[in-house]
Amino acid sequence: MENTKTTYNRRSFLKASLLSGGGMMLSISWLSSFKPADKVQALNLPDQGVLLTGYIKITPDNVVKLMCPNPEFGQNVMTSLPMIIAEELDADWQQVVVEIAPHDNVKFGSQFTGGSQSVRSYWKPLRTAGASARQMLREAAAQSWQVPVEEITTKAGKLYHEKSGKSATYGELASKAADLPIPKAVTFKSPKAFSIVRNSKKNVEGLKVVTGKPLFGLDYRQEGMLIAMIQHPPAFGMKLKSFDASQTLKMPGIKDVFTITLFEEGSERGAFETRSFNEALVVVGKTTWEVMNARKKLKVQWEPAPELRETMNAFGRKVEEITPAGLESSTSHLQKMKEWAQKPATQLRKDGDPDTAFKNAAQIIERTYTAPFLAHNTMEPMNFFAHVTDEKALLAGPLQAPGVAEQTLVKRLGLPADKIEIQMTRMGGGFGRRAYSHYLVEAALISRKAKAPIKLMYTREDDMTYGIYRPMYTATYRAALDANKNLIAFHVKGGGIPEHPIHANRFPAGAVDNYLAEGWQIPSNITIGAFRAPRSNFNAAAEQSFLDELAEAMGKDPIEFRLELLKRAKEAPVGKNNEYDPDRYAGVLNLVRDKSGWNKPGNETYNRGVAAYFCHNSYAAHVVDMITRNGVPYVERVFSAMDCGIVINPESAKNMVQGAVVDGIGNAFYGALTHKAGAAEQSNFHNYRIIRHNEAPKQIEVHFVENDIDPTGLGEPPFPPVFGAVANALYKTTGKRHYNQPFKPDLEKRI
Amino acid sequence: MLWVLRDHLDLTGTKYGCGMAQCGACTVHLDGTAVRSCQLPISVVGNQAVTTIEGLSANGDHPVQKAWLEQDVAQCGYCQAGQIMSAASLLKTNPNPSDADIDAAMSGNICRCGTYLRIKEAIKSAARK
Repeated sequence: MENTKTTYNRRSFLKASLLSGGGMMLSISWLSSFKPADKVQALNLPDQGVLLTGYIKITPDNVVKLMCPNPEFGQNVMTSLPMIIAEELDADWQQVVVEIAPHDNVKFGSQFTGGSQSVRSYWKPLRTAGASARQMLREAAAQSWQVPVEEITTKAGKLYHEKSGKSATYGELASKAADLPIPKAVTFKSPKAFSIVRNSKKNVEGLKVVTGKPLFGLDYRQEGMLIAMIQHPPAFGMKLKSFDASQTLKMPGIKDVFTITLFEEGSERGAFETRSFNEALVVVGKTTWEVMNARKKLKVQWEPAPELRETMNAFGRKVEEITPAGLESSTSHLQKMKEWAQKPATQLRKDGDPDTAFKNAAQIIERTYTAPFLAHNTMEPMNFFAHVTDEKALLAGPLQAPGVAEQTLVKRLGLPADKIEIQMTRMGGGFGRRAYSHYLVEAALISRKAKAPIKLMYTREDDMTYGIYRPMYTATYRAALDANKNLIAFHVKGGGIPEHPIHANRFPAGAVDNYLAEGWQIPSNITIGAFRAPRSNFNAAAEQSFLDELAEAMGKDPIEFRLELLKRAKEAPVGKNNEYDPDRYAGVLNLVRDKSGWNKPGNETYNRGVAAYFCHNSYAAHVVDMITRNGVPYVERVFSAMDCGIVINPESAKNMVQGAVVDGIGNAFYGALTHKAGAAEQSNFHNYRIIRHNEAPKQIEVHFVENDIDPTGLGEPPFPPVFGAVANALYKTTGKRHYNQPFKPDLEKRI
Repeated sequence: MLWVLRDHLDLTGTKYGCGMAQCGACTVHLDGTAVRSCQLPISVVGNQAVTTIEGLSANGDHPVQKAWLEQDVAQCGYCQAGQIMSAASLLKTNPNPSDADIDAAMSGNICRCGTYLRIKEAIKSAARK
């Protein structure tokens, strides 16, 4: 085995991981003073196991139980994170059992699922955990057999001493290993020596999924549990005035109707503490069906909500946030965006002298793009179980950010963190929506008031019309060309409701001498939040469409044009803080060009669109092949190229990229959540169109750039450029540029 | 029917997704044919046999379930029980479905993670066995 020496100071590493919230803790450091029996007692563990580290448990029968620290929402971390530990531990994957860790930020780090961070942030801690445990097992073997530790080798969960012919399973030496000090330094395997990582492993929960086992939050139940639902205002900008629940309370199974206040008036709100409405009208009853029906009997008076000014504490930075009064609508939003686009905006980055360059230009190309609010529409609607008493709280359900949720609960329930237990179930999708834990707080407050274990459940309508949406965006791109059709200046001015989309330091920043990025934002009372690749999911659409149009105006091939810009960004970068690596960016473009046979004969039946993007530290490029089927544009085939560094679980990674492609095509054509007089105009899947089987491509070929770069994340990066590639293929198909998402209504207008 | 299965019979494999027969997450078999349990009044069932994902096979070894594992279809997995029930019903009446047959039978089942390609492969793979 080829080893890479990795040395670090264990003590400071331990401390650093605790401070950053992103690392791990080897519980061995304080366990070693206990005898094995005490260990079991101290940790409240079943007695058949010896806890080696916070992440690894090896039982005498050589079963290796690995804890997956992060919640699972389909990105397959329950398989990929344990694969990382198992690799460095040199475990036998057949003997590995995976379970989701309980919420414990001290032991398991931030446990945050989102931002394409799971694999990226746990890569080193998990490797260290695995390598440390392996080292201790080798040490244990060396002591038992009275041989030098350097002569101990491992393979698939067994220890060997070649000279003496001795061997033992990990399980046999686990107890002894647990008493040894933690190694001061560990050696990581060289990527060449990987036997688990980079080898596809099936989803560890696959069998449970296909047999319908109760994995999800909505499946969670407890004896005596009641069902709760919230009747929310019919529109953003409204609030509860009064209610009459007399008819509801007469309905079978109904226990109570009351209101809760989510955050106390005047309290400071933190990041991720977004909520659509602060006061909630709650119906509690015995079963889902009974509560659903009884809700309909509520007689509620709603009234306009006044403007709200609150202090937001975004990770220590305090800002005043204004939620305006009024009933907003999509048509007035579009009108307002047009007006605001003409006003001066905040300068986000400036290189060179764009003003002069635009004045001297031989040709200026200017295009404006828009995109609507999007609802996450996770297949499993928001829900959470809570049982809160005066002494403690138990919460169970689907969520992406347990660390943040716990802080909110501590604040709102007035209970110490160690009295709040959060269990993370498998999530029926997340896409960013479940990073906002208002529904846990609602569940907790309802349980406390109802004095009972309850499960709060949103119906599909609640979930869709009461959302934390992808914001509404617009951007105007301008390019200046000289008489020889060289690009001499680039300007992007982006705005949104209620946030602008601009990433000022991304491509093509760094590749153009004169560059200007500006942003503006219009406050709104419609709640927004992260949606798979926030902001990027709009930027990639707009910018990559614009670059396509620009390449055409310059008489260049769209891939070649991008590669020229990237060459410039590498050889003589303009400005500072360019976020992307031009080589990796060019790498995915080159790979997708080769794999798709771009400009090669044999693809004439297709209208081809290309786009690439960098976000969340990884790189993605797609070639979308469109045809006209029954008079409608249809993406039949897609080629994808990704650079996310080392790919842990290749087949599962392909699945994720294929899913992102389908998701992107669907949202590009159909995705839209619009408002009229403050109310969402879409409420369920009959009027919010989601891509279906017959609309998905027949073929999605996924290729990864092969390198030994530490993993840089994969959940989000493939998603944004799909929009741009679809827009560019659509242009080839219809002969017209499409600037406004979703594209489907635009296409219908033309027909 | 959906809430009887979930709340009263503790059979939570059948999922709630929309409550209006738009997403297919609640698909069960009524005398072997795929139906949306969220739109199925109990009074209609009579003597007909209702099969949920829990009853599709004893050990998860129905050919469709096996094909799902082989293709490693699931991402979040929430819609997959409904997808599997629709696919099993399709294969019962049409053992060798074409792409168009699969599209027609499966387009009532939404997968928000976008695993459609693998679902199609899994159905074809189950059909071959």
